[in-house]
Amino acid sequence: MGLENILFVVAFAAAVFLFSKNLKAIIRNINLGKDVDISDNKPERWKKMILVAIGQSKMVVKPVSGLMHIIVYAGFIIINIEVLEIIIDGIFGTHRIFAVPLGGFYDFLIGSFEILAFLVLLAITVFFVRRNFLTIKRFGMREMLGWPKTDANIILIVEVLLMGAFLSMNAADQILQARGAEHYVVAGSYPISQFIVPLFDGLSNGNLVIVERVTWWFHILGILAFLNYLPYSKHFHIMLAFPSVFYAKLKPRAEFDNMDSVKKEVEMMFDPDADPYAAPAEPEGPVERFGAKDVADLNWKQLMDSYSCTECGRCSEQCPASQTGKLLSPRKIMMDTRDRLEEVGKGMDKNGKDFSDGKSLLGDYISEEELWACTTCNACVDACPIELNPLSIIMDMRRSLVMEESKIPSELAGMITNIENNGAPWQFSQTDRANWINEG
Amino acid sequence: MSSTLNVNTMAELTAKGEKPEVLFWVGCAGSFDDRAKKITRAFVKILNSVGVNFAILGTEESCTGDPAKRAGNEFLFQMQAMTNIQVMNAYEVKKIVTTCPHCFNTLKNEYPGLGGDYEVLHHSQFLQKLMEEGKLKIEGGEFKGKKISFHDPCYLGRGNGEYEAPRALLQELDADLVELKRCKAKGLCCGAGGAQMFKEAEPGTKEVNIERMEDVVDANPNIVAVGCPFCMTMMTDGVKNKEKEDTLKVYDLAELIAEGKGL
Repeated sequence: MGLENILFVVAFAAAVFLFSKNLKAIIRNINLGKDVDISDNKPERWKKMILVAIGQSKMVVKPVSGLMHIIVYAGFIIINIEVLEIIIDGIFGTHRIFAVPLGGFYDFLIGSFEILAFLVLLAITVFFVRRNFLTIKRFGMREMLGWPKTDANIILIVEVLLMGAFLSMNAADQILQARGAEHYVVAGSYPISQFIVPLFDGLSNGNLVIVERVTWWFHILGILAFLNYLPYSKHFHIMLAFPSVFYAKLKPRAEFDNMDSVKKEVEMMFDPDADPYAAPAEPEGPVERFGAKDVADLNWKQLMDSYSCTECGRCSEQCPASQTGKLLSPRKIMMDTRDRLEEVGKGMDKNGKDFSDGKSLLGDYISEEELWACTTCNACVDACPIELNPLSIIMDMRRSLVMEESKIPSELAGMITNIENNGAPWQFSQTDRANWINEG
Repeated sequence: MSSTLNVNTMAELTAKGEKPEVLFWVGCAGSFDDRAKKITRAFVKILNSVGVNFAILGTEESCTGDPAKRAGNEFLFQMQAMTNIQVMNAYEVKKIVTTCPHCFNTLKNEYPGLGGDYEVLHHSQFLQKLMEEGKLKIEGGEFKGKKISFHDPCYLGRGNGEYEAPRALLQELDADLVELKRCKAKGLCCGAGGAQMFKEAEPGTKEVNIERMEDVVDANPNIVAVGCPFCMTMMTDGVKNKEKEDTLKVYDLAELIAEGKGL
């Protein structure tokens, strides 16, 4: 084992170690959420995941970005076969270890990787232009200013660099192969990088080896660095999109859950055998809050979704409130949830598990004005390519506002009073309910 | 047109030892809102003309609790739900039809978990069934050849996946069905859902119903058909705002069918 291999093993191990540490922190954060059992209907869930997450069925609703996304997605998955070879080569000091066992199929593989890499470069260029030079409303909304925009551009630039390094490496490699250089096994086909060959053709073998090695190292170190960038980025969707779709709501979109905590109390009120003077039963475990004031009041699926959101903004583009200039943007609900969850997680790392910073998602991140602007129309949920549900978070926060803090717009308070008094949201007597029969 | 409607309450039928085949859940808007009451009457005219054996709860009906739930008051929702369920279960209700997609969604999806299991249909679905069974003959009448657009109610369409029943009815009117540019799963909300009906909108650049009315104006139909009393209010306001009262009418599906048949 040479020095290069030792360095590689160290870099690889460090990257994997760091990533698993960050991953653990994210899993810990997600588990701060309330437990909810979503283990029903496994066959349907698999079907949905295969169709929507793996099959990208909702991405292509927008044909341009949908098609480009499929290219980048396919490129990402397929080119990873190449990464496996790079890792084995890196550890054992071999070169293109799959070439001999795979024979002619290896040529086909490398050729397809190159074509994919080229298509990915094209797609990313389109993405970059759309994001930075075209006026696409969903990329310019207020929650996208600053870091989210930088994050998006970092991802695109890194992908360009990685693909560029991959193609340059192949270009140098094929020249060395043609010159019969030692160690460089003749293998692969290079439909794209052959056009870069003239750029390096004048170099000596020694310099070519340097180009090949530097690009090889840049490619793999870049991938390892990117892996460790994911937990800090919206790009984490490449991992969590799959479980998010798997555990997505299968019931009709307009069906909201009936809160069990409320059900228990209401059932008791309706129970003729209940003793009205009985002392309330000791609550089991910590007292549960109604609705969600902070991230820990949401459930783990809602928290996981906040990490899955890649801020595409298709939700806010379809949201009737966002479209008519209201403060509400469903994408911001997802982003705020994640930002607050990260803040809570970091606080716990620093100050221990029971720390409190006196802040909360409701109030410090999301305002009442945003929550009351929602029409619960489900356009955001329908638009999301991975079935995230900002509406469920909005509803849980409304519940907290109303049932914990009694904060409700005065007109709605009137509506509630009317239902309580006369069984209708307006001030009409229940005895007049059937008057319409004789009003023709 | 004034006409006598033949409407029984569950209490009256039960006193006679009879049971209707379906309960017509009128809903608060259908009971009290002047415009929505016309929808209720139109639907009953159709039921009467077909001879459907139905009943209403009358003064025993109470809000489903939908606006309370969407406004965050789960307590009041569940109280309303359990009260209504007690009443309906006492009458052994099996099947419900309603002209309001919000009542429809709540009764169909949110009541079962609280002990109320019924077959629930939106009136568009109920009328489609009657049509398919040959009991209801839809005639275009004055609407024949008219351009009609359908505005999908969120709680029927996106919320419950029903896009076809309303369109099947409109087709039978022999009308020219012109889709709005945002329709079906992409249909834009009228702005009234989620308890918005009962409050002013938050500050913004435009009202949601105006944004929606612009889709309608672009499609330029003679009639915009709705299937929800709240959409009816929002669309009617939108038409007024755009000063199109003379050329653009808003009707519920039930009204179109009743009018078409000259009921």
